[in-house]
Amino acid sequence: MALQPAITDIEQLKDRPELARLLAWNAGAITGAKFDRNELTIWVDRTSLREACLTLKNDPQLQYNALADITCVDWYPKDPRFEVVYQLFSIPNKTYLRLKVRISGEDASLDSLVPIWPGANFFEREVFDLFGVRFDEHPNLKRIMMPEDWEGHPLRKDYPVEGYR
Amino acid sequence: MAHMTPTPVLDPSDDKTMVLNMGPQHPSTHGVLRLVLEIDGETIVRIMPDIGYLHTGIEKTCEAKFYQQVVPLTDRIDYLCPMTNNLAYCLAVEKLLGLEIPPKAQWIRVMLNELTRINSHLVWLGTHAMDIGAMTVFLYCFREREDVLRLFEAVSGQRMMTSYFRIGGLALEPPLGFFDRVKDFNDRFPPNIDEYESLLTTNPIWTGRTKGIAQLSAEDAIALCATGPTLRASGVDVDLRRDKPYSGYEKFQFNVPVSNDGDVFARYVVRVQELRESQKIVKQALEGIPEGPVKADAPHVVLPDREKMKTQMEALIYHFKIVTEGFTVPEGEVYMPIESPRGEMGYYVVSDGTAKPYRVHMRSPSFANLQTLRKMCEGRLIADVVAAIGSIDIVLGDCDR
Repeated sequence: MALQPAITDIEQLKDRPELARLLAWNAGAITGAKFDRNELTIWVDRTSLREACLTLKNDPQLQYNALADITCVDWYPKDPRFEVVYQLFSIPNKTYLRLKVRISGEDASLDSLVPIWPGANFFEREVFDLFGVRFDEHPNLKRIMMPEDWEGHPLRKDYPVEGYR
Repeated sequence: MAHMTPTPVLDPSDDKTMVLNMGPQHPSTHGVLRLVLEIDGETIVRIMPDIGYLHTGIEKTCEAKFYQQVVPLTDRIDYLCPMTNNLAYCLAVEKLLGLEIPPKAQWIRVMLNELTRINSHLVWLGTHAMDIGAMTVFLYCFREREDVLRLFEAVSGQRMMTSYFRIGGLALEPPLGFFDRVKDFNDRFPPNIDEYESLLTTNPIWTGRTKGIAQLSAEDAIALCATGPTLRASGVDVDLRRDKPYSGYEKFQFNVPVSNDGDVFARYVVRVQELRESQKIVKQALEGIPEGPVKADAPHVVLPDREKMKTQMEALIYHFKIVTEGFTVPEGEVYMPIESPRGEMGYYVVSDGTAKPYRVHMRSPSFANLQTLRKMCEGRLIADVVAAIGSIDIVLGDCDR
């Protein structure tokens, strides 16, 4: 099973139903796509994340009705610094889809998904705790892993891993 | 540990409710879970789980290790199903590398994973029953669990932190006579399950404490990101072993138990049925073990056999290179979900082309499933909280990572 090179051209991926649906909904909100190792990734503009999720969830064919995971990757010192990663799962179709949102380090905030999936609560709190990304309209955005008085966000790449803090 | 100073839930002018602290050293919380309960008499008004006491920063540690050095860390996340975590991580990195695993290794991986599921479910059943007051079941369950742990010790040298899977296959061939021992255990296991069931399933105290308790509807379970038996007991038929087969699960025949009741009893029934299905899968695995190597043919990734290392120059060089500088993984990212005894265990691994993972994220089932506790308990009696926690089957190491 030799690795195939990743396809990153939106034009070539247009026939993937997830991407086609999102492009039909709002082509301006889709900032990129990638098909690599049999997994589809779609980059979404940060302001339209919630509507994109709703579109995928309510589409009668795609039915991405479950949220599998939320996490974040810190690409420090690149800009935009953070990539928040959403794994959606369609229970009827048994397919996974990855949505990504790029956000800059200065204004690290985006819409919370708790109104759509209440289960996003803990995942978003974890990302907030360990990366310092804020989620607007989150009902209880507090640290979840670290003590409340902890300073800094440990999973950031510029967080010191040795010496005194 | 977000609620070190719990949010003031009390209205000073209102003396109807009181706040009760449960845990983190409460024996029924299966580890160090702390619950802040706001109660009105014996009815729960609000329940706030407080986790993080076992947070050890494994995700951060992974970023400083070579890919192969992460495997022992994955054991320590969920100490009741180490092999499942090993497998999820190895599969993720193998997918990043594009590595083909020999069928014998896949077969043994499946077999050990089902034994791990049996082990995990036995601990769950024993402790869950003990929480509710049935002490005897615990002793019976741990009797069989001991047999499974002896099998793990035989194959990996460790009872709990097995670290037996490697990127590219297994650490080594199972010892002589191992499969006979597995067969011996597997053949006498079904009567044991009947034994547990005879103690519980029709027991009026057990059914009284579990039927209709802590109900969760299918819509709520999906919305709250529940997975695994917690979701299946609410009537949603998802099992990644069948729906997204990995490591050769598509070659095995098994049923996925589902119940529509969504209460504690349904979750108990689903898990006990899963014990039986796991036993069947182990049986199939034992009957059809393919011949061949247990490591992939990829000398730059897989450590050479000891014998080769002593006789062949190249093997020695490869060994030296892998141990001292690791192996590089092509750039990319992978999300690898598998069905752990508790639900969807997903590993999200990002590679930047170096010998160390850029980011490893574990989507742990306990963490997500714990969110259902609120829906299950609010408005119910305080005595049912313990039954509800037990029925989600959380492992706090898995939850906090």
